[in-house]
Amino acid sequence: MKVQFTDISMRFGAMEVLQHVTLGAEEGEFLCIVGPSGCGKSTLLNIAGGFLAPSSGSVTIDDEPVTAPDRRRIFVFQERGVFPWLTVEGNIGFGLFDMDEDERRQRVAQYIDLVGLKGFEKSYPRELSGGMKQRVEVARALAVNPDVLFLDEPFGALDSITRLQMRSELLRIWRAEKKTVLFVTHDIEESVQLADRVVVMSARPGRIRRVVDIDIAHPRDLSSRRYIELRDLIFGEIGLAHQV
Amino acid sequence: MVRPSLIPGPIVVARGIGELAVRGLLVKYVVASLFRVTWGYLAALIVAVPLGLALGMMRLGEMAINPILQVLRPISPLAWIPIAILWFGVGDVSAIFLIFLASLLPLTVATMNAVHNIDPVHLAAARNFGIPLRSRVRDVLVPAVLPQLIVAMRIALGVAWLVVVAAEMIAVNSGLGFLIVDARNAGNRYDLVVAGMVLIGLVGIVLDLLMRRLERLDSVRWGYASE
Repeated sequence: MKVQFTDISMRFGAMEVLQHVTLGAEEGEFLCIVGPSGCGKSTLLNIAGGFLAPSSGSVTIDDEPVTAPDRRRIFVFQERGVFPWLTVEGNIGFGLFDMDEDERRQRVAQYIDLVGLKGFEKSYPRELSGGMKQRVEVARALAVNPDVLFLDEPFGALDSITRLQMRSELLRIWRAEKKTVLFVTHDIEESVQLADRVVVMSARPGRIRRVVDIDIAHPRDLSSRRYIELRDLIFGEIGLAHQV
Repeated sequence: MVRPSLIPGPIVVARGIGELAVRGLLVKYVVASLFRVTWGYLAALIVAVPLGLALGMMRLGEMAINPILQVLRPISPLAWIPIAILWFGVGDVSAIFLIFLASLLPLTVATMNAVHNIDPVHLAAARNFGIPLRSRVRDVLVPAVLPQLIVAMRIALGVAWLVVVAAEMIAVNSGLGFLIVDARNAGNRYDLVVAGMVLIGLVGIVLDLLMRRLERLDSVRWGYASE
């Protein structure tokens, strides 16, 4: 397993957030973690990122225990993670401090291209839309060539059209770059559109209720029977009838 | 009631400014005052920003030093005049020391508070990319506090300019503060007193306008309300 959670429990004071979570993600896999608000899915991701230490249990990546954040696996926050005082170029090159100037410029240009921000190199984040800022952040993460990406509701603050576009962008990039992706969301549709497997968590204290294989080839037809079946299965698992 | 003859009118004051210019005192005194403010203020900035950043990042250091800062803060810089003269004698160093003190506390406290206001997401990202300490300070901490720091720099410069006038009334023989006291003592030249006041006001405005230009820098505009 690329990323392996073993019997993770987490409490903040008297509040129990995660309970005996055991979960593995394979190399190159796109794993979505869904669950109701406050179920500890973000906490789980922060533990994997090395930002939080679990109360008990362990996380390993490539069989090495995770003890601190590491540039081989990058955490992507919502779009507010971009540095507002740096240009698009400055943000994307941020993690490349150990490269010489030429190499760095080349790498930055490559990722500006990949996320479709050509022409905005010198722009500041305040001049960009939410979706563009999110692209900057994804490019900043990819530029250091990590082998794992952690995304914590990365598209949560975007409007629904931009969100759809960003999902297909992310899938395109994921296929091109072959990263292991752990993606936390509360959006069930999003998880079924993106993931190889969807991990469904219970309300707090978070436990794994079920892991659902999404056996639909990309590009996924969002009106296919299988898609709707899997989506409704997850809705049911979380305890929501899929109706308004 | 004030007798009208005691308030010099604008024409008399303008003539006074002209007289100062002719005698070469205008440039000399403005430069003398600016010289003291520049050194005192820059010295304060050089000490306050690293100190504020360090205290802002280290809870323990802050707990140790913050009470001292808070006790010193309400003491008017002018209350230090006797001590400044005791330590440095009558002269430029005393005046510069007073300006240093007057700027140091607001700049340190503002930097420290600005560190506390940094979005934790930005600090986490900096940690995640494992960038070395030097560039963490240069590329994250300093630019993150800069918008708030510039506001504090403007206020501190205003205070420094207030203090230099007071310091010059007591501790030195040149500068705009000295001009005001000297003009009164040497023959009740109230036209020159008011001329000195006008010059203080004008230079103060110019200083503030210069500081405001810093707020237009591209890399800090994110920190202010969008226009």
